[in-house]
This record gives sequence, structure tokens and C-alpha cells, in this order.
Amino acid sequence: MVEVQALQSALRRVPTWVVWALGLLPGLWLMIRLLQGSLGPDPLKPLEHGLGLYALRFLLGSLLISPLRDVTGVSLHRFRRAIGVWAFIYAALHLMVWLLLDLQLLWAQAFTDLAKRPYLLLGMAAFLMLIPLAWTSRDSSIRRLGRGWRKLHLLALPAGCLGALHYALSLKTWQIEPILYLGFAFFMIVWRQMNGRLL
Amino acid sequence: MWKPGKSDPKASDITPLPLYLSRRDIMLGAGALALTGGKAWAAPPSEAPTDREAITSYNNFYEFGFDKTDPKDYSGGMTIDPWSIKIDGLVDRPGSYDLADVLKGQTIEERIYRLRCVEAWSMVVPWQGFELASLLKRVGVQPSAKFVAFETYANPAEMAGVKAGLLDFPYIEALRLDEAMHPLTILATGLYGEALPRQNGAPIRLVCPWKYGFKSIKSIVRITLTDKQPPTTWQKLQPSEYGFYANVNPEVDHPRWSQATERRIGDGMFARRRETLMFNGYASEVADLYAGLDLRRNY
Repeated sequence: MVEVQALQSALRRVPTWVVWALGLLPGLWLMIRLLQGSLGPDPLKPLEHGLGLYALRFLLGSLLISPLRDVTGVSLHRFRRAIGVWAFIYAALHLMVWLLLDLQLLWAQAFTDLAKRPYLLLGMAAFLMLIPLAWTSRDSSIRRLGRGWRKLHLLALPAGCLGALHYALSLKTWQIEPILYLGFAFFMIVWRQMNGRLL
Repeated sequence: MWKPGKSDPKASDITPLPLYLSRRDIMLGAGALALTGGKAWAAPPSEAPTDREAITSYNNFYEFGFDKTDPKDYSGGMTIDPWSIKIDGLVDRPGSYDLADVLKGQTIEERIYRLRCVEAWSMVVPWQGFELASLLKRVGVQPSAKFVAFETYANPAEMAGVKAGLLDFPYIEALRLDEAMHPLTILATGLYGEALPRQNGAPIRLVCPWKYGFKSIKSIVRITLTDKQPPTTWQKLQPSEYGFYANVNPEVDHPRWSQATERRIGDGMFARRRETLMFNGYASEVADLYAGLDLRRNY
């Protein structure tokens, strides 16, 4: 379609550094509110949750790229690396805030909590899956791994599900936002299965 | 009559009254002095009352939404006048008592209590109120009564969370009769020398400081004396996580997170977490109530 082609060529003119910069904005916004004191009387929790939420949103956003091209013809694949890496960065910051500021390196409590709390294990598992993905996000890795690269990066799918489940189970009651993310993450797997995009 | 116990800060720790009073926005002058009277006890510096701003803007009151700022933002439409409490069940003088009637003959005094939320954060709140026991004696508790049940105001037209059915409303809670009659258990009508803001459970709420905050039911419209253990909202919702007693206990974890430590609101982001105290620091006053009870099974 003409509109799609016009959109596609417009997008081609957008350099990837723009998306990298856009990814910085949520974190910057959190930082600004923290320094302003507008995160409320207990700034640690909104900071921790905010970082986790952005990690999840960026990760789920990255899963949307392929289906989007299939359905609309518009390809945002050039920007997927930035989106995915930002997901990893926010997840790492989220984990660091939890360890350093929330638990304050009470390692004993951290390990006991991890062992006893399923939702923490889920979060940790999701994060561990993101590590090889971030590590192999460089062009040299894509070249070196060849077809294996695509298979490795399918890990983003279970990581999305585990992340959404981690979020859902961290709240006192079932709330709509995590349920939507969970549904979306599972649907992303289902969609790929239906289109022969899985292993 | 409530007497200061070992868990309470000492008289020598009391913040000088003028200094304490001067920190507040609106001063009631002689009225406030009368409130604090001779019964004022204040927390030592490490347990200073949490800022009023924090106490009134960081609330769990799901009738108005899930976020901590929702109660302050959305409770403006809640009708708190006229207000009455229906007192019924195993009492000699049941009836619908106007708020003024409920307060008749009660001496409002200041109680500065720790508040520990099940979410593992805490505050120190300077409440104004009177002992629940005093009201119960006035209405005449019958010998067969074993529990006191409470119910919160729930008006979908004024409360978006009620309209959306975020929890099974109206919110209900209950205490064992001896817990309700304990001198520490109060009905609060004010904080920081002023009437309770809506987000804190105006115009009258329960404060039971040795239990997790969700037991301290807000905006009470009904009190029922009964002989059977009443259902309570959080226990109905998730019985594996929220029990009837809900005593603050660092040794009994929530299934999904530890209760051994807590974050004190106002300490700041980089402050150490505090160790949670057994019965929220009121063990010397209330531990006797649970002698012989397995607190792990009766969480």
C-alpha cells in the first residue's frame, strides 16, 4: 500500500540513535521526580516498581515488532535492538535497586526471600534470560551466531511471560495491568506458533 | 485505664510540646493543649511521628482505588456528616448512634502509635481518640459476646473503588472481645490535633496498633457484637495470606514476602530497613492475650 511505503521510507530516515535517546526518557523522568521529591513519602517503591514496569513494557514492545510487520507491512526492526537493550538496562536497574536499596545487601534475607518467594524466582529467571540476549545484541554476535541467533533470541518470549507473571504476583490483589501484560505475552507466543515462527 | 508500659518511650523522650505543636500547619491553640493534656506521650527521636504530609497522602483505602495517592485524590466526595454507627448484636442497648452520641462522655486523648502495614512499611501516627472499651461498656456487652465485628462505609456513588468492585465491599473486620476491650485499642477521630482526613478513615476509625494496618478499619458505620468468629475482608479474599489475628510478627512471614524487617516512611531511601518488632513493639502489653496460642498457625 502507498501509505505503508510512505511510512516505511519516513521511518528509514529516523536514525536509530533517536530511539536509543527515547529509551532514556522514562528513566530520566523517574530520576527527575525522585530528586524533586515527587515520588511520594516512600520513593523507593515507586522507583523500584517504575524501573521494573519500564523493563517489562520495553520487553513486550520488542515482541510486537515482528507481528507488526506481518500484519501492517511496517518494519520497526531497525529499532528493536535499542528497545530490547533498554529493557535489559531497566531490568538490571530494577534488580539493583531491589538489592542495594530495598534489601540493602541483607544477603541472607535476599537469598531466603528468593528461595521462598516464587514471584522473586520468576523475576530472577526472566532477568537471567535477558543477559545472553543483551550480550549478543551486537552485530558481531549476530554474524557469529548465524541462524542460532534467532533461536537464542526466542528467549525473549518466555522472559516476557515470566516478567509479567512476576509483576502480577508482586501485588496484593489481581490487577488489570499485569493481567493484560500476561495475556499479551502469552498471545505473542501463540501467534508465533500459529505462524510457524517458533523452533 | 491505659498506663504507659515498657514498650512506650519514656517521659524524658517527649518532644517539647511547643516544638511539636509548632510543626503543624493549623494550630488549635488551647484546644490542642487540652487534647494532649497530661496523657501525652511522644516517641523518642528515632521514632518521631511521621510527617503529616506522608500520613495523609500515602494510604491504602481501596474504596478509592489501588494507588497510595488515590484516597487523597478521590475521597473528596465522601459524605462524613451526618454520620452514625449502627451498634447491634449481643449488646444491651443496640441502636443507631449519631457520631455526637458515640463521642458523648468520651475523653479524647492523644495516642502516638506505630502503624505497621502488611506490605512491610510503617509509620508513627499521633492519633486522637478514645478507648473502644469505653464505648462498648456504654452500650452494654452481653456475657455471650466473644467478638466485635466492624463495617466500613461503602457508597459506590462516592467511592470509585466500590463502584468498580476492587474488593468485596463493604469492608469488614473484627477483633476478639479481649482485643477490643484492651486499653491500647482506640476509636480515633483525629490525627495531628485535627479531625481525621477522609483518606485516613474519617470521621471515626479503629486503631489496633499491634496488628497489621488492614485490621484498623476505617470510616466505621457498624459495630456488631457476636459469639462466632466473624469473616474479615482480606481473610476471605486470600486466606492463605491474611488471617484473622494478623498480629505483627517478624517470625511469621507473609507467603510472598518476609515480615522480618520494614521500611519506616520518612527515613529516606538510603536508610537502613528497621527490624520489625514482635506485636509491633507492644509485646509487653498484649503478649498475654495470646499465651498458648500457636502464632504461626493463627496468623
